[in-house]
Amino acid sequence: MSEQLDVTEAEFHAYVDGQLPPARRAAVEAYVTEHPEEAGRLADYDRLNEALHAAFDPVLQEPLPESLHATRPRARAPAPLWRVAAAVGWVALGGLLGWSASWLGAPQTASIEHELVRPATVAHVVYTPEVRHPVEVLAAEEVHLAKWLSKRLGAPVRVPDLNSAGFQLVGGRLLPGSEGAAAQFMYEDASGRRLTLYVRPTPGEPDVAAFRYAVRDGVGVFYWLDGALGYALSGALAREDLLSTARMVYEELSL
Amino acid sequence: MSERFGSLMVEQIPRLRRYARALTGSAELADDLVQDCLERAWSRSAQWRPGSDLRAWLFTIMHNLYVSAVRARARRPAELALPEEEPASRAGESAEDLAASRDIERGIRTLAAEQREVLMLVALEGMRYEEVAAVLDLPLGTVMSRLYRARERLRRWLAEEAGPTLRRVK
Repeated sequence: MSEQLDVTEAEFHAYVDGQLPPARRAAVEAYVTEHPEEAGRLADYDRLNEALHAAFDPVLQEPLPESLHATRPRARAPAPLWRVAAAVGWVALGGLLGWSASWLGAPQTASIEHELVRPATVAHVVYTPEVRHPVEVLAAEEVHLAKWLSKRLGAPVRVPDLNSAGFQLVGGRLLPGSEGAAAQFMYEDASGRRLTLYVRPTPGEPDVAAFRYAVRDGVGVFYWLDGALGYALSGALAREDLLSTARMVYEELSL
Repeated sequence: MSERFGSLMVEQIPRLRRYARALTGSAELADDLVQDCLERAWSRSAQWRPGSDLRAWLFTIMHNLYVSAVRARARRPAELALPEEEPASRAGESAEDLAASRDIERGIRTLAAEQREVLMLVALEGMRYEEVAAVLDLPLGTVMSRLYRARERLRRWLAEEAGPTLRRVK
């Protein structure tokens, strides 16, 4: 019997928490019968569990505040970006739109990673250090560049103007994508920092007027799908700076 | 997968709020913590394996955010003290229940943050000790010793400080 009465502290707590196998429950019960002060401790621990539930379980019934509602899935139709932004404030935009994209763009998270994010960041890493030949077609031939790439991608491609963010167009190039042609535009600011915008057709995929953020190889990238094209803006910028530039790209392309 | 992820995650929000409330002692701080947690979860939804335990995954995210917040606060001594909020009176709750809730809420303020986490995951969430160890990324023995200390400390505090509802009459 004395062996059976030998109860560990872990078993004592497991008894209180309902985690003790039935075979050992009797041992704890016998133990506290023999040790009245331990019976008191057991009862106290039980009361503590009850008191914690009494104090905090009402939170489970409280209606969710607006701030958390906003993080929940809403309408399936993609809201225009500026409306979403106006509703939530730009600070929360990255996270929130990250959510919208995963919610609305249900099936293709993996394929977007494969067809958009990865090739965009690889192209960024390959071409941005290039000094002599960063692009195929220079910014001076912007009209030709847009026309040429539209033809090759099979969809109207436009070149966003990011001058107001301090980034000037360097030019663009044609790239092989996983299913065909893709395009890259490169921008540079006065301090020599470079951004690239990767564009590829996304036939058959639903519009996702929302940004998602990823980091690959130390390069931050905001990406989204809009109409027939998918976009990925890559650069070694702070997330907020990259986000505000991505927002500008989106707005430029929506004009 | 994302659609399912979304609805499964929404189901967990009340639990996350309850846990956050117990950790922070403030409705406002708690909901900030939950919001950060949900945003981070969405941004990492691709890392969640369907079929695996979403509750454990979310609580791990919240734990990491909470630890960062506690550390950040520790670096700024002026903000060390968490705002004390008196629990609001809830409909259908007797004055006695309310007093008991206030006692327990004051009592858990006296626990170290890491003890509070373990106690809440066990007592409120009803997690198994092994799950708590996984969520907090701790050895099981550490979880157990924190649990013992948290309970014993709280028990003594309540015996000395609390009103009659919680004090055990010997």
